[in-house]
Amino acid sequence: MSAAPGRSQASSHRSTKGEGDPASGTSQLPAMLEVRDLALSFGGVQAIRQLAFDVFPGEVLAIIGPNGAGKTSVLNTVTRVFDASRGSIRFDGQELTGVQRHAVAALGIARTFQNIELFEAATVIDNLLLGRHRFGQGAWWQQLLRTPEVTRIEETSRAAIEEVIEFLDLSPWRNSLVAGLPYGVRKVVELGRALATGPRLLFLDEPASGLNPEETRRLAFWIDDIRSDLGITVVMVEHDMSLVSAVSDRVICMAQGALLASGTAREVQNHPLVISAYLGS
Amino acid sequence: MNTGLQVFAQLTVNGIAVGAIYALVALGLVLTYKATEVLNFAHGDLLVVSAFTAWALIALAGWPFWLALLATVAIAAVLSYGLDAFIIRRIAGQPQFAGVMLTIALAFMLRGLVSMGFGPESRSYATPWTGQTSHFAGIAIANLQLVIVAVALVVTAALLLFFRYTRLGVAMQATSQNQLAAYLTGVRVKRVNSMVWALAGATAAVAGVLLAPITLVDVSLWYVVLKALAALVLGGFGSIAGAIVGGLLIGLIEQYAGVYLPDGSKDVAAYVVLIAVLVVRPHGLLGEAHGKRV
Amino acid sequence: MRFDYNTRYRDSFALLRHTDQRIAYGLLALVLLALPWLASTYFVGEIAYVFILCIASLGLMVLTGYTGQVSLGHAAFLAVGAYGHAWMLGQGVPLLPSLAMAGLMCAACGLALGFPAIRVSGLYLAMVTLAFSVIATHVIGQWTAVTGGFTGLAVADPTMAGFSLGGPKSFYFLCLALLLLVLVGLLNLLRSGMGRAFVGVRDSEAAAYSLGIAVSRVKVTAFALSAGVTGLAGALLAHHTKYLTPDAFTLILSMELVLMVVIGGLGSLRGAILGAMLISLLPTLISRIKPMLPDSIAKQFGLETFIFGLILALFVLYEPAGINGRWLKLRALIQSFPLYRRDTFKRTKRYMKSERYK
Repeated sequence: MSAAPGRSQASSHRSTKGEGDPASGTSQLPAMLEVRDLALSFGGVQAIRQLAFDVFPGEVLAIIGPNGAGKTSVLNTVTRVFDASRGSIRFDGQELTGVQRHAVAALGIARTFQNIELFEAATVIDNLLLGRHRFGQGAWWQQLLRTPEVTRIEETSRAAIEEVIEFLDLSPWRNSLVAGLPYGVRKVVELGRALATGPRLLFLDEPASGLNPEETRRLAFWIDDIRSDLGITVVMVEHDMSLVSAVSDRVICMAQGALLASGTAREVQNHPLVISAYLGS
Repeated sequence: MNTGLQVFAQLTVNGIAVGAIYALVALGLVLTYKATEVLNFAHGDLLVVSAFTAWALIALAGWPFWLALLATVAIAAVLSYGLDAFIIRRIAGQPQFAGVMLTIALAFMLRGLVSMGFGPESRSYATPWTGQTSHFAGIAIANLQLVIVAVALVVTAALLLFFRYTRLGVAMQATSQNQLAAYLTGVRVKRVNSMVWALAGATAAVAGVLLAPITLVDVSLWYVVLKALAALVLGGFGSIAGAIVGGLLIGLIEQYAGVYLPDGSKDVAAYVVLIAVLVVRPHGLLGEAHGKRV
Repeated sequence: MRFDYNTRYRDSFALLRHTDQRIAYGLLALVLLALPWLASTYFVGEIAYVFILCIASLGLMVLTGYTGQVSLGHAAFLAVGAYGHAWMLGQGVPLLPSLAMAGLMCAACGLALGFPAIRVSGLYLAMVTLAFSVIATHVIGQWTAVTGGFTGLAVADPTMAGFSLGGPKSFYFLCLALLLLVLVGLLNLLRSGMGRAFVGVRDSEAAAYSLGIAVSRVKVTAFALSAGVTGLAGALLAHHTKYLTPDAFTLILSMELVLMVVIGGLGSLRGAILGAMLISLLPTLISRIKPMLPDSIAKQFGLETFIFGLILALFVLYEPAGINGRWLKLRALIQSFPLYRRDTFKRTKRYMKSERYK
């Protein structure tokens, strides 16, 4: 693994790098996700203030920022873990702010968790099969009687997750209980489970945390493949700047709940406000 | 005072008296919960053991009441210390469910041992206040009940001060929140936890010794822990002041339900309150709200 | 060593995948079918009782073992099932519809309990179910018009198409048939989407939500299903005891159900059955041992309670995965012999972290 992915590869899915100003209209495709005027507070703490950004189809967007900036809160708010105090979130034109928490997956949005939330007592296959839940598993009485329809659904699901297993090289761990797996593998299983839901927009919460450099590089290639081969738009909250530089098209930096800067990785890294947010002025 | 008001006043006094007992039992539960996050289902059986021990000392061995009380408290404290040190400690780090199961197991074992050792008959013993009643403004209250109320208040105050102002109390709070961090800061975690259990055992002993003369020395004494649970829930889980407030309120609610609500409501009033509070406001009146961060 | 060499996906999720499994369960089926002619009437009656408790245990296992919802009050559903069935028989409803309706009645109760119960979890849920159980028993005691209160309610003999099923052999087969029905139904359910959803809700609600699982709906369904199955067991129990009183359905009975599920091994149907077998046969075992013990220990019911507690404590401390856990370890030992390593199932040391603040 020598060259970093992304930059030198031509990809029909890559959008032009907009300046991050949602109103600028410099991108060719309409935004897949539009966040406007978003605010979130819990009991006196203002986690997000006045946030607005877009996510364009086919891009990899990174959200960076010092701890406590509200990055994971943005992710949680979009995926409806929290109710936004104010603002709107539109996914392909549909307003998300009132949608029920469990309805988000059916819309095509998937996520991974910062602290791995896998089903420890189940095998890797069972975890991935749960990713297929949103595709309908048959009526309860059909499941009770194990009708041929249900057997067909089970086989289809199993075939679908085999593709994910193939994509992420999880074959050796297929039948292992998650509880016994090493940390790096668990992160991959978590990613696989999110992919199994067949999303169009994938949120990754600190995918590289706890991974060694080799695993991080492998992750970079996977994220690029997710974008290029699977056509999934990726938004990742990340601290690891090497991963961010390697794979993201656009970067936005947050601090204290608000947007500081947006642009390419290099532009954001050299932005004076971002530097002072990380290092203090 | 007209009879309606008199009835109400008598009920209120009864309610406070009964509620004080619930509060005293709930205090012991709060202690173990705050420290080791285990809800001790065996607490009621500690009461039973204390009651039988007191009976054995007073009725069989002929000891004076105060001496028997002190001895029982000491025995219960040592027993609880031992329970934590040798049994409960072994499941540290496991999910809460394991603790619940283990204390249920201990409850069965203690109950079984007491039944085997003392047989099935109910007993009783005398206290310095047996048969004495006070009257004022047309309301009657047994002296023993007054003593219980006083003891409950004193114990609550003592515990509140203990947790706030002593090193041991602060250490107990630290170990309850993050055991590993407490280890790293030099707190002798295992010893601290066992001492909390000893404290809880002592509280149980006081409650058991004072309660048994009212309800008879019998294995069914453990049922009071269910009412104490309702008291804890109402007052707020994990809150010492909540245990007292909850206990008194449950006592009052029961007394009022017995007269003002249809027949049979008195027996289930506490449990209905428990369910209602948990569904509407899980952290009770004085407790802390908490949730999981993802 | 045993290897899975499957050529079709459906082979990997079949119930009996290997020849030796099929032989073993086939033999078991033969023994169970032949038992009434091989054993004494008393023993056959005992085994029928074990079957009934197996059904109840399976019901609770779905809720506690698979969906992770603690219930310390399942005796309430046994009671509702028993009384409901007895009352309907008294109204002239035939046996099978009455059994079915008893189950449905309990499922409805489970639904009713489920809606408030889903708002709480863990310890709080344990207490809500506890309180519910006390209230239910109390209501049964007070509703004398229907239940006969504390004087009790007699249960009619089970008859089907004029045949009496009350005799030991026929009742045994009735219980066995229902147990098999429940078992196969649950096995199917638990290896399908719903079963996986149960486990998902147990292990991580946050992840379950993000995967499109309607967590509240799953929990309520689990409550209803669990209550329905336990209610069915209660209905059969009514026939077993032939006379119902409210104090047969105490908190202690709820605790015994929980003991079955925990000692058997949370998260497995085999565990539910093994646990039920152990707990239901324990009193008989103890009474056999009593003559051998010195008089001082062999006193009245204290010994039984003590031993129940002791066994539970030993399992919680030394084998949290229950009897099923031991079974699996033993099977792993036999299958991987002689390559089995002693530390294969070693547990790492863990520190307590408050569940209130994480």
